[in-house]
Amino acid sequence: MTTKRPEAIAAIAGTMRSSVSRRRLLQAAGIGSAAMVAAACGAGGDEGGSTAAASAEDMSDTDMTANWSNWPLYIDVNEDTGERPTLEAFQTETGIQVTYTEDVNDNNEFYAKVRTQLEQGQDIGRDLVVLTDWMAALWIENGFAQTLDKSIMPNSGNIIPRLASVSFDPNREYTMPWQSGFGGLGYNVASYQSATGNDKLTTVDQLFDPALKGRVTVLSEMRDTMGVLIASQGNDPSNFTDDQFSQAIELLTQQVDNGQIRQVTGNDYIAALESGDVIAVIGWSGDIIAIGEDFSFEMPETGGTLWTDNMLIPALAQHKKNAELLMNYYYDPSVAAEVAAYVNYICPVEGAQAAMEAIDPDLASDPFIFPSQELLDQAYVFMELTAEQNEKYEREFQKAIGN
Amino acid sequence: MVAVVPARGGQAAPQQVAQRSSRTGYLLLFPGLAWLAVFFAIPFVTLFLTSLQQPIPGKSGKYQFGLEFGNYATALSEYWELYLRSFVYAGIATVLALAIAYPLAYFIAFRAGQWRSLMLVLVIAPSFASFLLRTYAWKTILADEGWITSTLNALHLLPEGRILNTGIAVVAGLTYNFLPFMILPLYAALEKIDPRLIEAAGDLYASPQTAFRKVTWPLSLPGVVAGTLLTFIPAAGDYINAALLGSTGNRMIGNAIQINFIQFRDYPTASALSFMLMAAILVLVFTYIRRAGTEDLL
Repeated sequence: MTTKRPEAIAAIAGTMRSSVSRRRLLQAAGIGSAAMVAAACGAGGDEGGSTAAASAEDMSDTDMTANWSNWPLYIDVNEDTGERPTLEAFQTETGIQVTYTEDVNDNNEFYAKVRTQLEQGQDIGRDLVVLTDWMAALWIENGFAQTLDKSIMPNSGNIIPRLASVSFDPNREYTMPWQSGFGGLGYNVASYQSATGNDKLTTVDQLFDPALKGRVTVLSEMRDTMGVLIASQGNDPSNFTDDQFSQAIELLTQQVDNGQIRQVTGNDYIAALESGDVIAVIGWSGDIIAIGEDFSFEMPETGGTLWTDNMLIPALAQHKKNAELLMNYYYDPSVAAEVAAYVNYICPVEGAQAAMEAIDPDLASDPFIFPSQELLDQAYVFMELTAEQNEKYEREFQKAIGN
Repeated sequence: MVAVVPARGGQAAPQQVAQRSSRTGYLLLFPGLAWLAVFFAIPFVTLFLTSLQQPIPGKSGKYQFGLEFGNYATALSEYWELYLRSFVYAGIATVLALAIAYPLAYFIAFRAGQWRSLMLVLVIAPSFASFLLRTYAWKTILADEGWITSTLNALHLLPEGRILNTGIAVVAGLTYNFLPFMILPLYAALEKIDPRLIEAAGDLYASPQTAFRKVTWPLSLPGVVAGTLLTFIPAAGDYINAALLGSTGNRMIGNAIQINFIQFRDYPTASALSFMLMAAILVLVFTYIRRAGTEDLL
């Protein structure tokens, strides 16, 4: 399993630095979703599911295929041929044909799309999906995720210790991380320096410097924005009280009302940074690293957030074993390094850093792709919320940002 | 060329013919009625029932059948400001669109000559590109460093120092996106006017202004009413322009509906919001049509 694939590495070396990344996509997300939910709302009133995920008869051995749904621009692509080198290599090696679809644009939207089928105990036609921590937790809790057969996944032991155990899946029985990333501060270095006279943007106070009025955006992903703000007030985003949350909401409301914060966006902030409309943001590490030297990502001194997108197998998936083999393949350090070289997010695979040396030594020493323990310690995983808490906090957050 | 030969059954009794033709009428109506039932009536009832659902105690995010009319009161008290803003924005956009579209439609109808078809194509052509992309393009046009914003800033005309992410940008986006829906009905109405009527007004010593006021404008009224409705109704429910071009203070009711559906998965509130939007628009439209004295248009 640890054979090197020189041709794949060569292919990727030329196209390593993509100018785009997975969080950056058209906000088409919203457009279709209202219609999709309209279809889903008929099933609003049924009884809750049990917690054990149903499994279907595994057709993996007879039907050598697997259907994988992932976020856009979240895997290595050879931009000349449009092929995905690591995925091609997997197909050649195993004979399993993978249908790779970039149809996860937003956790809530994707869930809205498949929720009815999941609740009614139907196969959603996907063998592998990639969801952010809190959404993965929701799937596990509702019995929509199957237990993984680790015996055919020898590489699963390569997971980095920081991610080996998470509150929603303590033994990683259901999920394996795909990529992780930091939520923190991003800025246009030259514009920031000329606007404020400061050298670096390293604190949330500096983000709210009146010199940047109307040139700041924050993320519409509640956990990242609120995580950074809660930490900036000296509280712990992984363990906070209602009062502390309200305190951070107050700060947000104040900065929205006084015009400091120009807009609250999903993926659009990168375009706004590049066009010069926006100077500084609360944003995601991989995005900001990917857009080049003129921009810089910093972990706030008070701490940022750490999130993970997880691979999991939906209930009743028809090709469970093939999906497991696929996960196992991406935990091969040299394969993981190829993906990391393209997407610029935190690589969850131990040993990938050494493999990266062969691809691009600069990236191998990039602290935001292979973070040190100290850097990881500065980032908080957002507190796990009950469904009620989630709704309450989301509402407070949306209210603060004008919805 | 071929003589029309009556079919052999042509001698059938008249009642039979009447009966058959009425049956044919229903048959012909069937696709339309089925369409209405499946895509309008059933969703409409589902939407209404969903808006009255109540949460299942102890199961967050799950709802069951209920008659929770309180959903409407809660939704209204929380979001009345967004309704108001939506109608104000849509109203301004409609007036602006009318001001831009009327001269343009007038020109195409009466003065464009051989260029008429080309100009009509130019009006419609932008709609061939996706709505979303066109709205994105406005982000570039209105960018802080762009020439429009810099020029207006040099003249100190912008209180906020920018256009993008302000209410101005949202109204501009709405006006732009729905402009063709204003131009086309206006053109259709103007084009039907017999130019001899306007000439006759001139012969009877009406000044061009009077001729316009007494002849052209009243005759184009059906187009004005249709155009304003086709602009106002979608503009009031739009959320893309507010999401892309607006800021936190410019959200419209469409954004609230979307957030409630997708983010909160609170289907009852979202349905109640949609229902009230529909009702409010209906009331506005009927009042408007009454005022305009064009009931026979319906």
